[in-house]
Amino acid sequence: MPENIAFEIQQILPDVILCFFGVFILLAGPFVGKAKQSSLGILGLAGIVAASLATANLVGNDGTYFTGMIIVDHFSIFFRFTFLLISGLTILSSLDYLRRQNINLSEYHSLILFATVGMNLMAASNELIMVFLGLETLSISSYILLGVKRTDPKSNESALKYFLLGSFSSAFLLYGIALAYGATKTTNLELIAKHILSGSADMRLVYIAMGLMFVGFGFKVATAPFHVWTPDVYEGAPTPVTAFMSVGPKAAGFAIFFRVFLVAFPTTYEKWLVLAWASAVLTMTLGNVVAIVQNNIKRMLAYSSIAHAGYILVAFVSGRDDGVAAVLFYTLAYALMNIGAFTIVALISRENEQKISIDDYSGIGFKQPLLAGSLSLFLLSLAGIPLTAGFAGKFFIFRAAIESHFIWLAVVGVINSVVSVYYYLRIIVIMYMKELPEDYVPVSISPGVAVVLWLATFGILQLGIYPDFVISLAQGSVLNHH
Amino acid sequence: MENSLLTIVTFLPLAGAVLLLTLPKDNFKLIRVLALVIATTTFLLSLFLFFYFDVLTPRMQFEQLATWIPSLGANYHVGIDGISLFLVLLTTFLTPITVLSSFNSVDRHAKEYFICMLLLETGMLGVFVALDLFLFYVFWEVMLVPMYFLIGVWGGERRIYAAVKFFLYTMAGSVLMLVAIIALYFFNGGTTFDFSTILSNLQTGRLTLTATEQSWLFLAFFVAFAIKVPLFPLHTWLPDAHVEAPTAGSVILAGVLLKMGTYGMVRFCLPLFPEATLEWAPWVNLLAIIGIIYGALVAMVQPDIKKLVAYSSVSHLGFVVLGIFCFNQQGIEGAIYQMLNHGISTGALFLIVGMIYDRRHTRLIEEFGGLATPLPVFSTFFMVVTLSSMGLPLLNGFVGEFLILLGAFKANVTYTVLAASGIILSAVYMLWMYQRVVFGKVKHERNKVLPDLSLREKLILVPITLLIIWMGVYSQSFLRKMDSSVNELLRSFQSTAVVFKK
Repeated sequence: MPENIAFEIQQILPDVILCFFGVFILLAGPFVGKAKQSSLGILGLAGIVAASLATANLVGNDGTYFTGMIIVDHFSIFFRFTFLLISGLTILSSLDYLRRQNINLSEYHSLILFATVGMNLMAASNELIMVFLGLETLSISSYILLGVKRTDPKSNESALKYFLLGSFSSAFLLYGIALAYGATKTTNLELIAKHILSGSADMRLVYIAMGLMFVGFGFKVATAPFHVWTPDVYEGAPTPVTAFMSVGPKAAGFAIFFRVFLVAFPTTYEKWLVLAWASAVLTMTLGNVVAIVQNNIKRMLAYSSIAHAGYILVAFVSGRDDGVAAVLFYTLAYALMNIGAFTIVALISRENEQKISIDDYSGIGFKQPLLAGSLSLFLLSLAGIPLTAGFAGKFFIFRAAIESHFIWLAVVGVINSVVSVYYYLRIIVIMYMKELPEDYVPVSISPGVAVVLWLATFGILQLGIYPDFVISLAQGSVLNHH
Repeated sequence: MENSLLTIVTFLPLAGAVLLLTLPKDNFKLIRVLALVIATTTFLLSLFLFFYFDVLTPRMQFEQLATWIPSLGANYHVGIDGISLFLVLLTTFLTPITVLSSFNSVDRHAKEYFICMLLLETGMLGVFVALDLFLFYVFWEVMLVPMYFLIGVWGGERRIYAAVKFFLYTMAGSVLMLVAIIALYFFNGGTTFDFSTILSNLQTGRLTLTATEQSWLFLAFFVAFAIKVPLFPLHTWLPDAHVEAPTAGSVILAGVLLKMGTYGMVRFCLPLFPEATLEWAPWVNLLAIIGIIYGALVAMVQPDIKKLVAYSSVSHLGFVVLGIFCFNQQGIEGAIYQMLNHGISTGALFLIVGMIYDRRHTRLIEEFGGLATPLPVFSTFFMVVTLSSMGLPLLNGFVGEFLILLGAFKANVTYTVLAASGIILSAVYMLWMYQRVVFGKVKHERNKVLPDLSLREKLILVPITLLIIWMGVYSQSFLRKMDSSVNELLRSFQSTAVVFKK
């Protein structure tokens, strides 16, 4: 039926729009002069705004489409908005960066849009094949984005490393999908659950499939012990891409992580619980402890992002609706503070990213009050100090853990956040309590960066002081599962 | 007005800080005067709380309740009773004094300095007025940030070490309290963080905690508070933070911040977990007594006046904890009184140390001697404060210590004997220090030409001295307002305790 197809397409309209803009930017690239490259970024932003409107239009269309491949529910819509916000902020903070680093690739903005399509499809997939397609769309876009500084060996290293390990983890995931299919004769998440519940599935295969998928997802979201690629990849990548990588693919990875495990394997909960909490403890602790000794700020934030993946796993362990809501809230909060922090890192790093040591922040606190003030807020939020989004997020996560009687895990979590305070404070110490070098040249804040910083600041305070609106939305966006 | 008075008092400094933020950086005079005006206005407004306080009711007064995060059950709920009233007043009283004391001693980034001071005031007031556990925790933690900056940016040589240590120590204690708060919230059905509701559920038996649960919750709360107090052996952050903080920071730290710990014990530990409190009381008292004696002994041998005062805090706060864990009216009222005394006397001592530091840029006792000759006015104020800190009758310190010992005597004679030795030791270290600094011949030539107190410095010390005498001579005007709240606290505590003993 024609109108039926039109209705189905409407359910992926945001992705269609993003693809359209992405292709258009690619085509327009050669006709736009070097000086006007940023207009392509503006075009990308327009695409994101249009996609947001189309996403808002999805509300109320709950159901599965395209023969069960795509699902529209509040969970996916919430994540879609988070992804669009992440991409919008990334493009905004990239405009200035690309100009200063002399990177004139029109593909940059289209790749961000394509990666967003990948993430959107991951969140909206109801089907293991769709999960894989979304994941690959995202991954292939990010392989190129990481290597976008073609003449910089570190950027090349970053891209190659992520490519190799990414392919490897995709293989794990794919193998897991194959086994799940073998055990249940379907790749539809709800049908898998049905087969498992009715006892018609070969449980040995299911367990192996779950283990393999756990490894595959673990790679994507960088949980220990599958985190080893993270510091090198984050360090070598262009900083706005690092910002994007640390929040976007991570959030998308968790979105399918949650959907696949909670929807498809609900009753086998107990079996993978040990795996999940062990990984949570290891991820938090390792990330935080190793971050302490880092002197390169990008590496430090890389380890911090590992630690944050650990906190999200704590919510995963709790397995409750409150845990899912906490994760929805947390990924949004984390996106704001991490993109904010990396935007400032990109700014301070100057040409060719030379200044990425922590000591390069000496004394800028009173010299550049807005920059240092907002970075301090982002760091305090990452550390989980009250009245910031980071605190509210952690609060919801630990609350979910305690609700599920994982009090000890919450204790491990809060002790970890004390450890993390040490290295976040270290940057604040250096900014405000060390002397400014005499040859310091202030950096100027471009309008795009200013918008990112104001949005992030506003968002962090809004989520921190009055989280009710977003947490209510998140609580209404939990997964339907058994 | 009456309903929102407490809110206005709490948030006026915050509004002032925002106002300061908009001022140009280089207009130093305007900034400091404005900061003083804001802090003084806050104090004057808080006097209404004192005068309109109803002494007869044990209930919370000036209460205000508004929903904040309904999906969580966290409310904006503030109010004060006879226990918190004076801590609020202590905060609003000390802040303008510390602002005034920093008029000339802040040499850089003055705007940010005064912003931190005002933010700190809002944070501290929030801790004392919050009646919602979530709100309480928020204030408790947020307050760390401005204090951390005060120590770290405007402090002494080892300021960074001290600031980070202060932050990490306090945070380590309080995150466990957060876990306990959430756990308590779920025991109570997971619908509200409201302290009064949880408390009344506990007292009416709608919420019962097993002995193990109580013990764990008590410990999580208690350790957070004990670090703040600080109770031996968790005190090691204190000498560092006190010594490295700028004068105003030390005054606030000693005067108000430490009281947040003892306040927390009275407000939360006793009523929420009475059985666990009783069970752990002998250990707490043991640590308190060790703290009293250890603090005094270590204070005695300090070459640095500021460090001496810092260690004396460990000793004095040991008395407060001892008073609280006697569980009788004299003990607890004495403890609250002693919190105020310590805030005023030790605050004044730090101000005085700051004054001679401004003149000589050293705090070592051996660098002074015979200051009475060049600085007679200074030495007089110094003497009154020293005597008050030692607990001389007719000055404030005596009333508090006496009540605590009276309470302790009722509970356990051995405690009293041991604790009383702390008073003797305090006389030793305070008088010995005073003698070495003020009496005798002027040892160093440079000290002969030091200027005596300026008008500003007198303005700082006169109100404190008056208060010291008033609180020593007519303590009834303060104690009267505590009576019904403390009675009520003890009544509900003892009714549970009796059940427990059976």
